[in-house]
Amino acid sequence: MSKLNRRTVAAVTASAILIIIIAVYVGGALLPNSALEADFSQKGQPPSFAHIFGTDFLGRDMFVRTVKGLSISLVVGAAASVIASIIALVVGVTAAMGRGWVDHAVNWFIDVFMSVPHTVLIILISIALSRGVIGLLIGVAATHWVTLARIIRGEVLQIRSQSYIAASRRFGKSPLFIARNHILPHMIPQFFVGLILLFPHAIMHESGLTFLGFGMPPEQPAVGIILSEAMKYISTGAIWLAFFPGLSLVILVLLIDKLGNTLRFLFDPKEAQL
Amino acid sequence: MRIEARNIVFGYDKSHNILDGVSLAVQSGERVALVGPSGCGKSTLSQILAGNLRPKSGTVFFDDKPLPERGFCPVQLIYQHPEKAINPRWKLGKTLTEAWDPDDDFLSALGIEKAWLNRYPAELSGGEMQRFCIARVLSPQTKFIIADEVSTMLDVVTQAQIWDVLLRVAKERNIGLLAVTHSVELAARICPRLVEFASL
Amino acid sequence: MTVNTLEVKNLSLAFSMYDKGFVRRELKVISNLNISVSEGEILAVAGSSGSGKSLLAHAILGILPNNAVISGEMLWYGEPLTLKHQRKMRGRELTLVPQSVTYLDPLIRVGRQVSRNKATVHKLFDRYHLDGGVARQFPHELSGGMSRRVLISAATSGNPKLVIADEPTPGLSLHLAEHAMKHFRELADNGAAVLLITHDLELAIRFADRVAVFYAGTTVETANASDFADENALRHPYSRALWRAMPQNKFAPTAGTQPYAGRLPDGCLYAPRCALCTPECKAAPPESRIIRGGEVSCYHAD
Repeated sequence: MSKLNRRTVAAVTASAILIIIIAVYVGGALLPNSALEADFSQKGQPPSFAHIFGTDFLGRDMFVRTVKGLSISLVVGAAASVIASIIALVVGVTAAMGRGWVDHAVNWFIDVFMSVPHTVLIILISIALSRGVIGLLIGVAATHWVTLARIIRGEVLQIRSQSYIAASRRFGKSPLFIARNHILPHMIPQFFVGLILLFPHAIMHESGLTFLGFGMPPEQPAVGIILSEAMKYISTGAIWLAFFPGLSLVILVLLIDKLGNTLRFLFDPKEAQL
Repeated sequence: MRIEARNIVFGYDKSHNILDGVSLAVQSGERVALVGPSGCGKSTLSQILAGNLRPKSGTVFFDDKPLPERGFCPVQLIYQHPEKAINPRWKLGKTLTEAWDPDDDFLSALGIEKAWLNRYPAELSGGEMQRFCIARVLSPQTKFIIADEVSTMLDVVTQAQIWDVLLRVAKERNIGLLAVTHSVELAARICPRLVEFASL
Repeated sequence: MTVNTLEVKNLSLAFSMYDKGFVRRELKVISNLNISVSEGEILAVAGSSGSGKSLLAHAILGILPNNAVISGEMLWYGEPLTLKHQRKMRGRELTLVPQSVTYLDPLIRVGRQVSRNKATVHKLFDRYHLDGGVARQFPHELSGGMSRRVLISAATSGNPKLVIADEPTPGLSLHLAEHAMKHFRELADNGAAVLLITHDLELAIRFADRVAVFYAGTTVETANASDFADENALRHPYSRALWRAMPQNKFAPTAGTQPYAGRLPDGCLYAPRCALCTPECKAAPPESRIIRGGEVSCYHAD
């Protein structure tokens, strides 16, 4: 770790993300929808003060499109990662608490999910559910719970074997009491870190799939759509069409990833003070 | 009342047994020291006597009935490493009252300062934590205490303090005590009856 | 007088920690610690576990985490011991015998971890009565006693000048512990200085030449091991309390607890429990003095 300490990094990245989210939603609502309509008098302009991200070949303002696109990506990403991490928590805790055949069954299931490349799986699920937001959401959520579930299972197993759990049992405490008071509080940080780290994944998959034409419908200005359209014009030299929306997406994703990893270290008692 | 282990067999793998037909009995009010070198299986036997581990065969009897699996166990174990026997995310006040509600007189008799109740385990020393571990197992329902190397990791002054308290309460309440230790000198100080682990 | 292999003078060590939010505070874990160890000698540092003894070893080896703030002097044959020095000597002239085999790489055969030179491995294993076949085993295949000997041989492969043994005996039977201690004695006899860090006072008294009594992050007294035969030969009230508390002596407790890092008193760290405590004890910590051939930090020692 560099000289910047982790708490500062966490606070700075968290506020940056918050500012971006607020800007995307508030800005998205304030910006005129007219900017999304074609205006051929403005078509194909490189970045300028009037259009800071430039305009596309229908004369639409790329900044407005990027902001709108990010707002869709954020919603899909957040929903998908929340669903995925809740599945992970339920499955992981069930496996560890159930032990025996329950654990074996769950592990087998996790192995099966892990053995299939998840991009393929998302595409299949998304197509089966007739594309659209719902298909994408379920596709991303259904493929992304496995790693976190495995981590949570391991963590619960490790805590279960602690002496203080054995002691609690000898004091006549019920399994429910032990799960609620001893085990669950240990899982909360792990859960939130897992959730935050899933977020950039979900956004990237959403954009990636949309880019490939399997995700969002083309009339939505999702970032994936913007990038996919931009590809057609890149050979004409209009690199700003892909560059700025792509850069915005990368910055947002990296920020969230940084936040997640910083929090992971902060919550780890061995590393917390460094 | 008595606690009795009859023909306990235990091993983590099929071919090799750590405990092979071990029997041992302690009467209430009696103090027995179980002495043996490290790694010989004393801790495993302690875990079985307290009901934390199930033996491959053999039974632990409390009052001539098998040790109860549910509810408050009348046989309570004090661990060698107090920091592992306490939830690191709980304040010590919560840890203390998990089993029962000791009054202030009892706490001061054990040398527990009120200010410690609001602290987390990481803010206390091993000796201070061990006092909490002792206090919480001394519920009125406790009839036997298994003390597994409880003072091994402490300095000798704290060791003497801990045993001073533990012996006092055990005598007052007529609690049976099995003290597991590698130190013959300590065993001779705390228990009238010494049992060599190897002789079991 | 011979030059000490290592001399630690007024060493203090604090960690910069977070309280709540962004407030940092310093947590002092070692204060005004003094020890010295010379060639051919075993010095034991004895104190309760979790009191910061291992951090002393880490400070000497130069492997403290980034948030550690260190002050005082560490001298290596009279010269200041710098990080550059430590890095160069670590694992060669300056070695650590860790607590357990978990410090070895579980995936590499034992022999290669002791030394890359097969002849050296052979020679060392011969000296520590290890079978030649052990070199081809993996760490998890070793028994408690064998792994201890492997760790010692690994620490001695480069002819060390100072060997630091951090709790080398827990989990060993008395017989094996004695064996391990004999190896350290051999090392000392061959000219190394041995620093033995332990919570086991009896072990320290039996096998070390001198014993530094560690209390709440400082050394209150460094006495000859033989001084522990008699309460009156000891110099510090805490050492005497230790003597009285030993099961083979009086098994008599002294009231009070060691102050916790972060709540240390201003003056002598033992003052709150001390029967001899006077106002000067509470005002400032006593300097280390030499009395009857031992070092002691107490205003009232004579």
